[in-house]
Amino acid sequence: MTLLLSLALGLLGSASALAQNIIHTERSLYRNIVISEESGERCMKFSRLYRGSRQSCQLLSDPDRLLFPYTRMMMGSLYLAPRPQQILIIGLGGGTLPSALAKVLPGSDIDVVEIDPAVVRVAGTYFSFKPGARTHVHEEDGRVFVKRAMRSGKTYDLVMLDAFEQDYIPEHLLTREFLEEVKSVLKPDGVLAANTFSASRLYAHESATYAAVFGSFYNLKGSNRVILLRRNGLPPMDELQRNAAAVEASLQPLGMASGDLLPMFVTKPDWSPDTRVLTDRYSPSNLLNGS
Amino acid sequence: MLYRALVFVLATWSGFFVMAIEMLSGRILAPDFGNSIYVWGGVITIFMLALSLGYLLGGRWSRVTPSLRRLALILLAAAITIAPVALAADRALDALFNLVQDPRYGSLLGATLLFFIPTTLSGMVSPYAIRLLVQDSDRSGQDAGLLYFASTFGSAAGTLATAFYLVLWFDVDHILWALLGISIALALGCLLWNPPRER
Repeated sequence: MTLLLSLALGLLGSASALAQNIIHTERSLYRNIVISEESGERCMKFSRLYRGSRQSCQLLSDPDRLLFPYTRMMMGSLYLAPRPQQILIIGLGGGTLPSALAKVLPGSDIDVVEIDPAVVRVAGTYFSFKPGARTHVHEEDGRVFVKRAMRSGKTYDLVMLDAFEQDYIPEHLLTREFLEEVKSVLKPDGVLAANTFSASRLYAHESATYAAVFGSFYNLKGSNRVILLRRNGLPPMDELQRNAAAVEASLQPLGMASGDLLPMFVTKPDWSPDTRVLTDRYSPSNLLNGS
Repeated sequence: MLYRALVFVLATWSGFFVMAIEMLSGRILAPDFGNSIYVWGGVITIFMLALSLGYLLGGRWSRVTPSLRRLALILLAAAITIAPVALAADRALDALFNLVQDPRYGSLLGATLLFFIPTTLSGMVSPYAIRLLVQDSDRSGQDAGLLYFASTFGSAAGTLATAFYLVLWFDVDHILWALLGISIALALGCLLWNPPRER
């Protein structure tokens, strides 16, 4: 039975592989990386099966366009602070976010932290992600990078957390202690954007943990949930609108429109206030996400 | 029979104990050294080294008046040396991070500092227990096989229980204290009760 099932899955996998036109696969220290192309889009996936979640996609005819709603929601962080100088991004994927930020803010310095050297390589080869004089890639664990930045007194205007996948969450990047460390590398008016995948039991725990460290946040919900916040308190809606207007023209080529995005900025908590906060001592995120 | 049963209980529990600790060690090291392949590599290396040394020491010590009481003392010592992990692992690792920031050497040193001694002591249990079980050389292989079965089965149970359930229900520290408490209870039970060895 199991054999039949795995055989069937294997056949399904190879059938969809034909339809998708897989152009590269690579087994890295952490995962399978699959690059595929279909209907003019090139995608990075972390699984061979068709249902494998797409990490990053690029429109071949218009590579700057942000295809995934979550990437547009993450870039909505510019509505909280339109001109970040020092930027930290944890999790590279296909390099969508660092490339978009480098395009929109050519004068900013960007540190990208990616744990998997193979992802860095593949992003360069298949998604034309190029670190440059102002974009630096650090191949290491995000938590170690943040801790070191904290010790050396380095601070950022914008921090983006984009290290989560649908089927695996680095649990040490979703605890109160880690978020405290992130907070301490944010400038007083620094902005945090976090991409999270939780539609499960984890959603409430994750929300409670962010709230415990940062207070209120803008909670943008689509197929993903993106958390946007400013360290010294959320800017009110009229400030968001002013900032959005200021960056509207530069974000338009990415396929972003503030008219679509701003209505998603809500703050009302929709989780139980007595939800247990995740800590370094209690962080079963994957078990909570699976159940 | 009771004597043999107790030897098996101690060995099974020791197997559970050491793998539960190993599963927790990844979580304990992650805040300072992350969760990369290097950290797991470092943790497993140190646990294997400590166990190998423990086998050596346990076998050697089994030649000096072996007894169930002494086996219980080994368990007691392994449990007590886990207490500092529950009390001060975060402070110790933060201090270590100031000295060593490379996750490879950091996790090797961190795992050594926190887990080498309790794991070595746990490694002593199996060869020592075999000495208590074996009565004649004909059956020595069978006794050793049974003992490996019990202790490794305990390890499998400790791994599964910790990874799938305990971390969902409890704090890491609470799990450590519970492991320590059960070890101490079992050891004290054997020390006080101390049933005679049947011939």
